Amino acid sequence: MEGVVAYENDLNLKATELRLGLPGTERNQEQAVSCARNNKRPLPETGDQNGGAKAKSDAPNTPPAPKAHTVGWPPIRSYRKNSLQQPKQTAAESSVMYVKVSMDGAPYLRKIDLKVYQGYPELLKALENMFKFTIGEYSEREGYKGSEYAPTYEDKDGDWMLVGDVPWEMFMSSCKRLRIMKGSEARGLGCGV
Amino acid sequence: MVSLCSFISYYWEEEKRMNYFPDEVLEHVFDFVTSSRDRNALSQVCKSWYRIESSSRQKVFIGNCYAISPERVIERFPALKSIALKGKPHFADFNLVPHEWGGFVYPWIEAFARNRVGLEELRLKRMVVSDDSLELLSRSFANFKSLVLVSCEGFTTDGLAAIAANCRCLRELDLQENEVEDHRGHWLSCFHDSHTSLVSLNFACLKGDINLGVLERLVARSPNLRSLRLNRAVPFDTLQKILMQSPNLVDLGVGSYVHDPDSETYDKLVTAIEKCKSVRSLSGFLDVAPHCLPAFHSICPNLTSLNLSYAPGIQGGELTKLIRHCRKLQRLWILDCIGDKGLEVVASTCKDLQELRVFPSDPYIGHAAVTEEGLVAISSGCPKLHSILYFCQQMTNAALITVAKNCPNFIRFRLCILDPTKPDAVTQQPLDEGFGAIVHSCRGLRRLSLTGLLTDQVFLYIGMYAEQLEMLSIAFAGDSDKGMQYVLNGCKRLRKLEIRDSPFGNGALLMDVGKYEAMRSLWMSSCEVTLGGCKTLAKKMPRLNVEIMNENEQTDFIFDDAQKVDKMYLYRTLAGQRKDAPDFVWTL
Repeated sequence: MEGVVAYENDLNLKATELRLGLPGTERNQEQAVSCARNNKRPLPETGDQNGGAKAKSDAPNTPPAPKAHTVGWPPIRSYRKNSLQQPKQTAAESSVMYVKVSMDGAPYLRKIDLKVYQGYPELLKALENMFKFTIGEYSEREGYKGSEYAPTYEDKDGDWMLVGDVPWEMFMSSCKRLRIMKGSEARGLGCGV
Repeated sequence: MVSLCSFISYYWEEEKRMNYFPDEVLEHVFDFVTSSRDRNALSQVCKSWYRIESSSRQKVFIGNCYAISPERVIERFPALKSIALKGKPHFADFNLVPHEWGGFVYPWIEAFARNRVGLEELRLKRMVVSDDSLELLSRSFANFKSLVLVSCEGFTTDGLAAIAANCRCLRELDLQENEVEDHRGHWLSCFHDSHTSLVSLNFACLKGDINLGVLERLVARSPNLRSLRLNRAVPFDTLQKILMQSPNLVDLGVGSYVHDPDSETYDKLVTAIEKCKSVRSLSGFLDVAPHCLPAFHSICPNLTSLNLSYAPGIQGGELTKLIRHCRKLQRLWILDCIGDKGLEVVASTCKDLQELRVFPSDPYIGHAAVTEEGLVAISSGCPKLHSILYFCQQMTNAALITVAKNCPNFIRFRLCILDPTKPDAVTQQPLDEGFGAIVHSCRGLRRLSLTGLLTDQVFLYIGMYAEQLEMLSIAFAGDSDKGMQYVLNGCKRLRKLEIRDSPFGNGALLMDVGKYEAMRSLWMSSCEVTLGGCKTLAKKMPRLNVEIMNENEQTDFIFDDAQKVDKMYLYRTLAGQRKDAPDFVWTL
């Protein structure tokens, strides 16, 4: 029942290739094909690791970075995946804990992994470096003195709390996001006034 | 098969003389031919062979339930007793096919019932099986003997209760990896006290509790029981009682033992297991305390099949200790926590190994504990290896080339690097040469899955060398239409091609439209094919169903031919457009 296969010896099928779009858009079409490869990469870190394997054409419109977890990958049956989920990988045991950090007046937010830091001093230092500002000195009575800024965080109840009041572990388990407040708002939180 | 072909060709020449052979003689000869493929070959020799073969065939295999209607099957094979049906495309296993896509078995059962087919065996894979279907099945066929459901869904333990209660002749109930809603029923109790014919019972995939007393009594009154696979709910002491009742078991699947047993239960279990001299296949161990494992050491020397792929609780040392006792192993399914070192133990112990599957123990984090070293070790220690499924952290061309040299007998070769576009871990080159070596060396290769950084070159090799290839799975590979074209041009025996996230477009899709009628199906998702391309194909090939699935319900999608298609599944069919397709599936 084998049909006769049309065998193109040179495989140059451009002549028969379906062209989509208006005449004169050939250049875009070719680039779309060659940058489609980039499109399909599932994991951000693998994007540029193939050193010199082949020349990648620089597409003018690079597609957005693909999401880190691809649907249906790795290819194992849901049944099997669900069975293996029994080993309790709870949030507490997971190795990363990313939270958003916003700074009043900054054009965009950042993200940091709280698990990287051993305690408040490291965290505050990192924030200072990231946003190029200085946090004052912390005291329980007066908050962060000597600076326009106050580091705050949103806790599980949705309240904005001053960073530093509770033990580090407790902070880690209740912090949902960080915000570096500036100016009068900061002073309202920071001072005992 | 060789002798069959010469048999056929002899009679092809002698066709005229065939008319003097009574039909009964031919039928008797055909009785010895059992495989579907061989019988299909027989039926194509001449009209009278077609007639005789069709009227006598009892066992039918339908690879795609939408390729033909049940009525047509019944009409052609009036002696039908046993049927195997497959429903959803393979990529449905990985959640790539939307949930309501189809694959319902009810119409088939209903048609069989209506036409009074003497159905005895039903084997389903990736189909939707409702409780109603099971209920109808159980009441419609007095001689029904065997139900095997693999990767199916849609039923509950209520459906199983109907089967248990009504299928008085039931010998086999085998549930493999199904999603079953467990109503914690009494379904086991529905087997009548007079039901003594059970040969095989596998309910490992059920999540709920069962009545242990009922189970023990069922086993006690089933002297022919040879295969028993239990679920999580069956504890140690029940297992021990069951084994004492069934020392003739050939296939055993144990449940879960989270607690270390006290020494008395343990000793009893060891005694019971020692009596089971016939056990050749062992599986389960869903949740096991490692100290329980040595209880099974006495049956290890006889084992030919071992499945520990659902046992993340068994780590390194205990695992290798167990495997060292399994010198006769032919089939091994394990988790990658065995590590490369553990695979070296397998390689030095299991010289008869034919099939190996190494699954990832932690798919979410994406780190596999095995590398190319484990694969190379296996290939050099196990020369009889012909089937492999290997999830690993990394691969190299050098390793694949070595594997190809060591094991030229591969029939199935499936490699999955957890990072799907990872290059050669040492040279950073694409893995084209490695896979090229595999297809070049393994002339009998029928199934291949590839991952890693791959260019069009690997497909050139596949098209050139993989002459026997029937099924190919491609993900995140290739550079251009050429890749897919090489495959379609070169692999004459290709039946199933499934592709995801690869830059193949209309040029490849439309290159040789006739080819798809010689294949069972083609799946393409997140590729470059457009609606216009699919429409063109559908128009040219009326005997293909070209199904498009677009999950972003844009009504103007219908009018934009340049739009890329999310998911396309096409298959040859004699049944026309199917009538049970949901809204998001559009048959062109």
